[in-house]
Amino acid sequence: MEAPIRATEFLRFTLLSLLFFVCRSSPSQDLLISNAERRIDLTSHIVKVYLTLKVENAGSTPTSEILLAFPPTQVDHLATVEALVTKGKRKKTTLARLDVKPTELPDAPNGTKYFTIYLSNPLNSGESTTLEVLYLFTHSLEPFPAEIGQSESQLVYYRDSALILSPYHIKQQTTFLKTPSTKVESFTSVEPTNRAGTEMKYGPYEDRPPYSFSPILIHFENNSPFPVVEELVREVEISHWGNLQVTEQYTLVHGGARHKGVFSRVDYQSRPNLNGVSSLRYLLARLPPRVHSVYYRDEIGNISSSHLRTDSRKSELEIEPRYPLFGGWKATFVIGYGLPLQDFLFESSDDRRYLNFTFGCPLLDTVVDKLTVKVVLPEGSKDPSAVVPFTVEQHLETKYSYLDVVGRTVVVMEKKNLVPVHNSPFQVYYTFKPIFMLAEPLMLASAFFLFFVACLAYLHIDLSIRK
Amino acid sequence: MATMPILPNMPVLDLVKSFKLKTKQQELLIRVSILCLVYVLAFITRLFSVLRYESMIHEFDPYFNYRTTLYLTQNGFYDFWNWFDYESWYPLGRIVGGTLYPGLMVTAALIYRILHFLRFAVHIREVCVLTAPFFASNTTLVAYFFGKEIWDTGAGLVAAILIAICPGYISRSVAGSYDNEGVAIFALLFTFYLFVKAVNTGSLAWSLASAFGYFYMVSAWGGYVFIINLIPLYVLVLLITGRYSMRLYVAYNCMYVLGMLLAMQIRFVGFQHVQSGEHMAAMGVFFLLQVFYFLDWVKHMLSDTKLFQAFLRITVTCAVAVGAIALGLGMLSGYISPWTGRFYSLLDPTYAKDHIPIIASVSEHQPTAWSSFMFDFHILLFLFPAGLYFCFKRLSDATIFIVMYGLTSMYFAGVMVRLILVATPAVCLVSAIAVSATVKNLTVLLRSKNKGVQTGSTKGSSSSKASSKALLDQSQPFQKNGAIALLFGAFYLLSKYATHCTWVTSEAYSSPSIVLAARGAHGSRVIFDDYREAYFWLRQNTPPDAKVMSWWDYGYQITAMGNRTVIVDNNTWNNTHIATVGRAMSSYEDEAIEIMRSLDVDYVLVVFGGVTGYSSDDINKFLWMVRIGGGVFPVIKEPDYLVNGEYRVDKGAAPKMLNCLMYKLCYYRFGEMLTEYGKPPGYDRARGVEIGNKDIKLEHLEEAFTTSNWIVRIYKVKPPNNRW
Repeated sequence: MEAPIRATEFLRFTLLSLLFFVCRSSPSQDLLISNAERRIDLTSHIVKVYLTLKVENAGSTPTSEILLAFPPTQVDHLATVEALVTKGKRKKTTLARLDVKPTELPDAPNGTKYFTIYLSNPLNSGESTTLEVLYLFTHSLEPFPAEIGQSESQLVYYRDSALILSPYHIKQQTTFLKTPSTKVESFTSVEPTNRAGTEMKYGPYEDRPPYSFSPILIHFENNSPFPVVEELVREVEISHWGNLQVTEQYTLVHGGARHKGVFSRVDYQSRPNLNGVSSLRYLLARLPPRVHSVYYRDEIGNISSSHLRTDSRKSELEIEPRYPLFGGWKATFVIGYGLPLQDFLFESSDDRRYLNFTFGCPLLDTVVDKLTVKVVLPEGSKDPSAVVPFTVEQHLETKYSYLDVVGRTVVVMEKKNLVPVHNSPFQVYYTFKPIFMLAEPLMLASAFFLFFVACLAYLHIDLSIRK
Repeated sequence: MATMPILPNMPVLDLVKSFKLKTKQQELLIRVSILCLVYVLAFITRLFSVLRYESMIHEFDPYFNYRTTLYLTQNGFYDFWNWFDYESWYPLGRIVGGTLYPGLMVTAALIYRILHFLRFAVHIREVCVLTAPFFASNTTLVAYFFGKEIWDTGAGLVAAILIAICPGYISRSVAGSYDNEGVAIFALLFTFYLFVKAVNTGSLAWSLASAFGYFYMVSAWGGYVFIINLIPLYVLVLLITGRYSMRLYVAYNCMYVLGMLLAMQIRFVGFQHVQSGEHMAAMGVFFLLQVFYFLDWVKHMLSDTKLFQAFLRITVTCAVAVGAIALGLGMLSGYISPWTGRFYSLLDPTYAKDHIPIIASVSEHQPTAWSSFMFDFHILLFLFPAGLYFCFKRLSDATIFIVMYGLTSMYFAGVMVRLILVATPAVCLVSAIAVSATVKNLTVLLRSKNKGVQTGSTKGSSSSKASSKALLDQSQPFQKNGAIALLFGAFYLLSKYATHCTWVTSEAYSSPSIVLAARGAHGSRVIFDDYREAYFWLRQNTPPDAKVMSWWDYGYQITAMGNRTVIVDNNTWNNTHIATVGRAMSSYEDEAIEIMRSLDVDYVLVVFGGVTGYSSDDINKFLWMVRIGGGVFPVIKEPDYLVNGEYRVDKGAAPKMLNCLMYKLCYYRFGEMLTEYGKPPGYDRARGVEIGNKDIKLEHLEEAFTTSNWIVRIYKVKPPNNRW
């Protein structure tokens, strides 16, 4: 009797302990990071972090989930996280994309937020793998001084930790920071720290326990303009007569140090290298090829300062706002263009049609705080469904355009905090009967017919009272 | 090829024969298609500005109209009617609903609603831009019917064609010129047409229609005063020439009484029809007509002529005395207001110059030069007297009207440039009579030679002149050739007219004046979009409650495009307020800052053409600011700004000129600027001189924004210095 009881006792104990571990979810101490290298690119206003992790499974159970940790202040500015795993050996290495999902852990220290990387093949005990992680932060460079004059250059703060925040033990780690110029006002030193040219090196640090954190502050010059689109509404209207009409409404703001005092045109024109270096003079939008009827205007009319360059693979639209944007200055404008339908609309195998179009903002190197994509389907289309590679908020609307009776279904997708990485294709599926295309011409024809009949009738009927 | 269609040929021929039109139908077809073409032509000839530039609102006043129309479509009619606008005339504000003619806005909003009801998802701006061309097209139709009414269908057609492309009218009705005149000329001509129709027929229905036409005119434009004075004058002339009839009595009474009551519904006009001196003529004629009618009745009752003569004398004396006493009492008690300055300045061209500088300062209020008559009328100027001759030869109630309309409006056109517009329909109609009558006479001449018998029989009584000419014909053998030559001459003139009109429209009248275009060094077109650059900057980068001070010309544009509060704008209702701004602009900076602080000014906007050579800038308008400011505040004296009566900005300029606020704001840091190769820095291209004060320091203002070509410069008023 005793032996089975003990056996069950033991089982229960292991189950409990397993449960305990799962519930605490405090990531198993089995995993450790043998080598970590982090490269932070601070040259533009989008902070790019490349993280190379060599993960080792020191435990006994295979695992396929690896956690990334972020301090809560960074998570708010986190635009995207991507993870890649190197496969194969030596020269035949290929990179495979891995799933990354935000994860909630109950007792995260100091409100740490997590992302889980799901490995395609579980990591057996004793094995190790190399992960390439890329994540981007927006609004992470804080201008200091917050207000600058026209001739001053723009200085910013960047805050981070010299040590990589991780729930795992890290044996060895190094962090490299790349600044846009050699002009660095100050930086926190966490020995060993080196600075050479535009690069700073923190580390290598050996054997740091989980959740090690060592705040650093770097104060440096960044004169690149900070184009931030506070709100962008893209409307894609499908016409089965062969045209795809795109209308994009921008609210653009220069997110850098606010402009203070005088704006002198004479200085700005005569000494452009010393004056308003961080001002936003022009923007480049990359549009699909074969774009036609492009316009660029705002509430009060056409803006004449734009150039369109097209070739067979892409179109580039260079736009200048009406005035150069200094820090804190705003501009709203609309860009619209037409595209040939056959490039973007296809028929799927189940007889449905789908639109394949790019999500995100066509302006290069801009941050979009809030993006709304509206796909206006032709009148009479049914069962719309959207397939987007990342999570978005979705709902349906109805829009009335020229000669609409029942209105057009509009698929609305909203997403916050976008960077150019999000410019990936999405699909909207719907069913549509081609007979609906004839509705509007027929309506027009019958209206004219009725008008002529009315004219005929009027000419032939005598309406006078007197005989 | 020929054998094939033989069989089906017969039924086809029959079919064609059955479709063959009778002469009358042919004539109708040709007439309708000509009218349709003219209708389309009148519309598309006004689209030059849209093609050259873009679909946008032009100039100054249209921006106010556009802004109010936007408000009307967004907030509905009652909000519009009760709108108190805080964004203009700070700190006074403006009661918009009570100080504008709502006809234009209501029309555009109505068109917009109808289009949206029909599911045309157009923007209100497009409706506003195309309102004027649309009404111009409608005017051609009215001109046709009017011409038909006073002469014949031929004259009507010619009138429609002439007015469709007449530059005098196009100047105010190109696409984008969204102004009251755009619809008002249609309303004016329509009212006149309906009234003449009413006089000709004596029908209550037509005169009711003309009352409504008048109502529309009153709702659309202040120029309705012309109608309410011309029609009584016309009636008076008919009375004097012994053309009084029951038709006239019915037409005028109905039109006047109903028109007056309807016009009172417009808040801006209110009770002016019974209270203002400008409208008293109509009322006097109204009473006179009653007296006439009464006398007529008495004459009918009394058979004794002697008794009637005595009675007539007594009644007329009494009536005139009573009228004069009533008018005198009304004037004295202040119940009837005297004539306004604007009205005086119409009757006496020199009045404005001496008494109301604010009216005289507007370029379109200047007396008309001969060249602009030629520019706007071209051959019509010569055809007009010829038309008058034809009208006098065939006097009727209708031709008397057009003669009077033509002569009075020509006088007003001579007084003020902008009133060429009012004269245009009359000139077109009278000239159309000349063209139509001449061509008709000539062709009749030609045809009578070939088939002399037929002409007499078909034309019948209408061409008694023609037959008399045909008689003359036999005695003069070269007449036919002469007629052909004259016909060719007429067509040559008319084609010249058409090319001239097209040229004028495309070159002179299709520029929006917001966007300036110039030829670049390589012949390419350079666009100066500085106005919108500045206004959009104001809209986006200043606090929403910022107050902008500028000369009144730019007020409407700043509120409409910049969406900011202005101190004064183009609705020049308060002369003192404008004079205050003029005074601030022409004072020294430390005096001006006091005025600006008292007006809560945050930004000052000036227009400066020294870099681009744009001549209608604030420095060139500056003397008017001095004059208007000096008219109210005698501290400002015009001679202080002049040197020996000469206005200059270079080294020899008056010291007050060189240091006044306007000079400083325009030329601030301009002395460092090289504008033209081979000229010293600070060379003003608009005036062609090197400026006199290159070292300008600003104490209480700072440069906030200057557009890329320096046309608009905006300064920020600094907050007062800390006292500690």
